[in-house]
Amino acid sequence: MRRNIAADVPEYLMKSILLTRHSVLPGFGMAMGFTMVYLSLIVLIPLAGLFLKTAVLSWEQIWATISSPRVLASYRLTFGASLIGALINAVLGVAVAWVLVRYTFPGKRILDALVDLPFALPTAVAGITLATVYSENGWLGRYLAELGIKVAYTPLGVVVALTFIGLPFVVRTVQPVLDDLDPELEEAAACLGAGRLRTFYHVLLPAMFPAIVTGFALALARAIGEYGSVIFIAGNIPMVSEITPLLIITKLEQYDYPGATALGATMLVVSFVLLLIINALQRWAWLRTGRR
Amino acid sequence: MSATITLPSGRRLAAATTEAPLVRGLLIAIVILFLGLFLLVPLAAVFYEALRKGVEVYFASFANADARAAIKLTLIAAAISVPLNLVFGIAAAYAIAKFEFPGKSFLISLIDLPFSVSPVIAGLIYVLMFGLQGWFGPWLQEHDIRIIFAVPGIVLATIFVTFPFVARELIPLMQEQGTEEEEAAVLLGANGWRMLWRVTLPNVKWGLLYGVILCNARAMGEFGAVSVVSGHIRGLTNTIPLQVEILYNEYSFAASFALASLLSLLALVTVVAKALLEWKIRRDQEAALRESTQ
Repeated sequence: MRRNIAADVPEYLMKSILLTRHSVLPGFGMAMGFTMVYLSLIVLIPLAGLFLKTAVLSWEQIWATISSPRVLASYRLTFGASLIGALINAVLGVAVAWVLVRYTFPGKRILDALVDLPFALPTAVAGITLATVYSENGWLGRYLAELGIKVAYTPLGVVVALTFIGLPFVVRTVQPVLDDLDPELEEAAACLGAGRLRTFYHVLLPAMFPAIVTGFALALARAIGEYGSVIFIAGNIPMVSEITPLLIITKLEQYDYPGATALGATMLVVSFVLLLIINALQRWAWLRTGRR
Repeated sequence: MSATITLPSGRRLAAATTEAPLVRGLLIAIVILFLGLFLLVPLAAVFYEALRKGVEVYFASFANADARAAIKLTLIAAAISVPLNLVFGIAAAYAIAKFEFPGKSFLISLIDLPFSVSPVIAGLIYVLMFGLQGWFGPWLQEHDIRIIFAVPGIVLATIFVTFPFVARELIPLMQEQGTEEEEAAVLLGANGWRMLWRVTLPNVKWGLLYGVILCNARAMGEFGAVSVVSGHIRGLTNTIPLQVEILYNEYSFAASFALASLLSLLALVTVVAKALLEWKIRRDQEAALRESTQ
């Protein structure tokens, strides 16, 4: 009996043998070479430099920096406000995506285009205008003040700013899913006697779920590192409304380079861990809905 | 014996797969209220505050020497960083989309890295490289080269934060196109550059344009990263967003919002361009689909 030799070769090897050898297209070396050099110079080496600078510090020095009460308070605000902002966006983002895909009403296309505004509007501009609108005599702050709600220069202001910058993520991840959804699924649910709410909960929501999780995580990651839109509306009161990225800048301005380095490396590690979790969640969510 | 199946009529089926008018109206109202409060009101406030003291004050804000220097520096930073990231984006997308090699998805993650790094950290890493206390600080000082608190630092920070934009737009588009057209061009005797110029790039031109527009908007509007490396030297190392911050903190609100309105106009142009390009790409795809099915 003849053995199939190809069956013994691992698939990824087969793939690389078959595909790289047979490509007739020119320029791979040059394109790849430029990509690697540019990526290393701009991104990889400077980021590695941050960790090398951290490695020079003693463990006590790092720990003293990243666990001081003022820094701990900034973590609570940064992560807490980012989480609340991302949750608001997860709920209202689904509503926005739903309305933009399913209904027609005047001005819909303008609203649809405007959803991208937080991506395109510079963060400093978002910061000063949100601070103005939500200050005590601003367009919205005035009415909120009458209700006894202070937004500008409080942690609530941080939540508002982080909700603003995270707004497009869930909308833009859920929209294409809703667009592609087979109407027969909903028709089947209706024929089987399910009401709209039940159809939404058992048919539509599971289909949208991976996209919602992705959008939520992207908004969260963006919010944690955000600086420009927050500092104007936050008031930056130590222990109360001071975010972690601002503390890094404060330390740099005081020439406390070891402190800024340690805090920067900590935030970078958190971002990387979050990125890994996002990837794992996405894979889990797609697998889960894929089997259904 | 035959069973009769009665299907619900069109209208009843439609009613079963959409919501009651009341629910629909309520949802639309909530969405308009949310987007109105969070997007429209802040956007309108920029122009209102900029023009509040009159048109003359508005235009006088741009005549100021510091404002002009800031506008000039912003244009310079974008003019250097956007073309560099464009060339990188094309090279990276070509290598990733048209060839197979191990570690591809890892490379894509590395290219996306600047998106997940806080802008403040993007500035910090260059300070640690080229600042006085940094790796190359002493050497740079000996040779009297300034990078941090000078224009090169601002350009570097801008390149970092806009790094993935073009590549990210192009990679999925080029992957979708496949390699057949390029292979045909090469077999017909085109050299690499000719193939790139005549086949690869025209196939992705709208995505390319969109990537460049996004990259440019971000390059001109970047605040956090540039703020760390700039040193805020008036007339020398202030970009438009930094000048907006300084004027705002000095309570020169009209001047601050006047400069901010420039950036807001840029953002509006970007958003509209995106909507138009998406509409065009979708229309092209539908036309191609119709052609292929006929």
